[in-house]
Amino acid sequence: MSAFESIHQSDRAVKRMTRRRGQELRFRLFGLGAVIAAMVVLAWLTISLVGTGYTAFYQHHMTLEVFLDEAVLDPTGERNAENLRKANFRKIIQEAIYARFPEVSERRQKSALFKIVSASGATNQVRQMAYANPALVGRTLTLSVPTSDDVDQLLKGYIDRDAPEKRRKISNQQIVWVDALKATGEIKSQFNWTFFTGVDSRDPELAGIAGAVVGSLMALAVAFVVSVPAGVGAAVYLEEFAPQNRFTDFIEININNLAAVPSIVFGLLGLAVFLNFFGMPRSAPLVGGLVLALMTLPTVIIATRAALRSVSPSIIDGALSLGASHTQAVFHHKVPLAAPGILTGSIIGMAQALGETAPLLMIGMVAFVTEIPSGLTEPASALPVQIFLWSDSAERAWAERTSAAIIVLLMVLVTMNALAIFLRTRLERRW
Amino acid sequence: MKLKSLLASVIGVLFAFGCGSEDAQVSAPIATAEAADEIRIVGSSTVYPFSTKVAQEYKNKTGQSVVVESTGSGGGHKLFCEGAGADTADVTNSSRRQKKSEFDKCGANGVQEIVEVKIGFDGIVVANALDSVEIDLTLKQIYQAFAKRVPISDSNCTLHDNPYEKWSDIDATLPGTAIEAFGPPPTSGTRDAFVEIAMEGGAKQVACLAALRKEDKKAFATIAHTLREDGKWIDAGENDNAIVQTLTNTPSAVGVFGYSFLDQNADMIKGALVGGVEPTFENIADGYYPISRSLYFYLKADNVAVTNGLKGYALEFTSDEASGPGGYLEEIGLVPLPDDERARYRAAIENMTGYSQ
Repeated sequence: MSAFESIHQSDRAVKRMTRRRGQELRFRLFGLGAVIAAMVVLAWLTISLVGTGYTAFYQHHMTLEVFLDEAVLDPTGERNAENLRKANFRKIIQEAIYARFPEVSERRQKSALFKIVSASGATNQVRQMAYANPALVGRTLTLSVPTSDDVDQLLKGYIDRDAPEKRRKISNQQIVWVDALKATGEIKSQFNWTFFTGVDSRDPELAGIAGAVVGSLMALAVAFVVSVPAGVGAAVYLEEFAPQNRFTDFIEININNLAAVPSIVFGLLGLAVFLNFFGMPRSAPLVGGLVLALMTLPTVIIATRAALRSVSPSIIDGALSLGASHTQAVFHHKVPLAAPGILTGSIIGMAQALGETAPLLMIGMVAFVTEIPSGLTEPASALPVQIFLWSDSAERAWAERTSAAIIVLLMVLVTMNALAIFLRTRLERRW
Repeated sequence: MKLKSLLASVIGVLFAFGCGSEDAQVSAPIATAEAADEIRIVGSSTVYPFSTKVAQEYKNKTGQSVVVESTGSGGGHKLFCEGAGADTADVTNSSRRQKKSEFDKCGANGVQEIVEVKIGFDGIVVANALDSVEIDLTLKQIYQAFAKRVPISDSNCTLHDNPYEKWSDIDATLPGTAIEAFGPPPTSGTRDAFVEIAMEGGAKQVACLAALRKEDKKAFATIAHTLREDGKWIDAGENDNAIVQTLTNTPSAVGVFGYSFLDQNADMIKGALVGGVEPTFENIADGYYPISRSLYFYLKADNVAVTNGLKGYALEFTSDEASGPGGYLEEIGLVPLPDDERARYRAAIENMTGYSQ
């Protein structure tokens, strides 16, 4: 046995070896464990979200024969806007549903019967039809109106039929009526278009995310337009042209610090600067976008600088040696080569901005808005804000809608990240 | 080359967008300087559900756009009193009466006439899971259970840290479970109301504290308003749905929140009796249930001239259809005012009569 073998196979050496291998194995197991834990949590989140949220994508509607009684709506027969505005459309719907169950005569029973349909939804549907076409008054229409959130929840199985009647939001008699209507096909479930095309509503069965989505997209467009050119420009200047001295070091430290500032601080800044100083309107996506732009600016600058630094210096050297000026070398070669990194950084910054509520609170976008915003200065809400407001509402039906809105938000985020990956692989150039 | 053209087009699009947004920036202040396009409402998150419901109905009827922000009562009064004119809030919702300081600030900033409208009541309930024990508390017991420091006895006001671990330590008739409460954080209006009505009301029933209150109001308020910090009272965040969930998972705990959450979740939780009174719609409306507060909104009379439909919104809020018996606000949990009182506030809106403090 040689001296060499004796050193490496002595008892102590073997022990050291086992210890080292043990360490290695433990590290790997911990790493694997961390990955598995993360996957489990993610799967849990997805399953619980989809599990509670998918039912919001369909909704029960009831077919109703509605007689637009002239005596109720427009007794004078003038058909003018003023009369129709004051007309009692609620009564029209009540009469329609009482007519379906003529055997019900007692007042309390009638009121319970009326609660099967969405009072606000059905009334408004008829109202808007009559507003648009006053000639409909006096005619009988067959309409499909949303059922109330309680009926919808019952049919989706969220209300325990075996619970004592007093503890339920829906009475035994109402269950009998609903089951009868369901059996005859008068109550049907259908895809919940309202959820995607409607604005926010106080009634879960009428609430939609369209207003919030449009508000979010507008704010994001403003944020993109402001923060990406400014951020990329600042980064190129700092990285390539600025002199290296204490002042630029100071700026760099500040940018890095800004990236870690809690987002509500940017909201306060927006309130002080854009609203109070420049007098811009409250709740406007324009202001929301500017605030989000300020918030993402440091992220964009840091990502761009990192991307510029990763471009091989030989490219610049080559360009310079062929007679290009510094500016030409930077803009013709370095920036295009860094583009994948810049785009990835920008898109991830935007995705972050999409999920923010805190900075929007200060500038008034945590709001209930009755219209889909049609311009950058119109009042608007945002998708994460809507999720936040819905999650705090008392009615049980909000739970599924909140989850569904979160699913939509996550889908948008995943799409944005996928776009980032796609652009990176597409634009990336290897040597 | 493909890359270059792509970049060029991206930059081109950016500039096109950039110019568009600059135009919008320039035109923004001009658009808002004259009449307001929408009714702007700020304030309490407790009134927010009712306010949004009225906003929705009013928009359906008239097409008038309404924006309701949930800023909390304090934040609402602050925004409301910034000044008068089209670019200020027209209405603020409040889960308490406007304070003298807020009223004065409004006056100082040129808000001349404020119409005060009481809309109804909100009960604050102490609830636990449906299948756990029935609790019947007095306000005094609520104070003893949740105050940070309590007097040694009714007659001796030397304070010591709250010694009660179980409900039965306070009174042998109460259940023998550990005291554990999930309630709203200090930023919440519900917390303010709970502390002012329940905790103060309870402290007043301790003889020596009642005497202290006559001598030194501030010291009394500190004793009554400070909730315990030894983990028996847990600030559960603003989300009342989360508290309801926690209660079903922790049967021994109680939760503190607004009545509408009890109403909506009657299949999961039940409200504790306070002073022998059950928290029901009727008991809150009749004023029997002790922990209830009034809800308000305030309206700038000056803004009626500049904001379309502002008066119409306020009238809609106080109409029979909304706040009357069986109205749509009652359906979503508001305990409305008696009819005669409501008629009085409605008249104030009709005539735009301001109130003074």
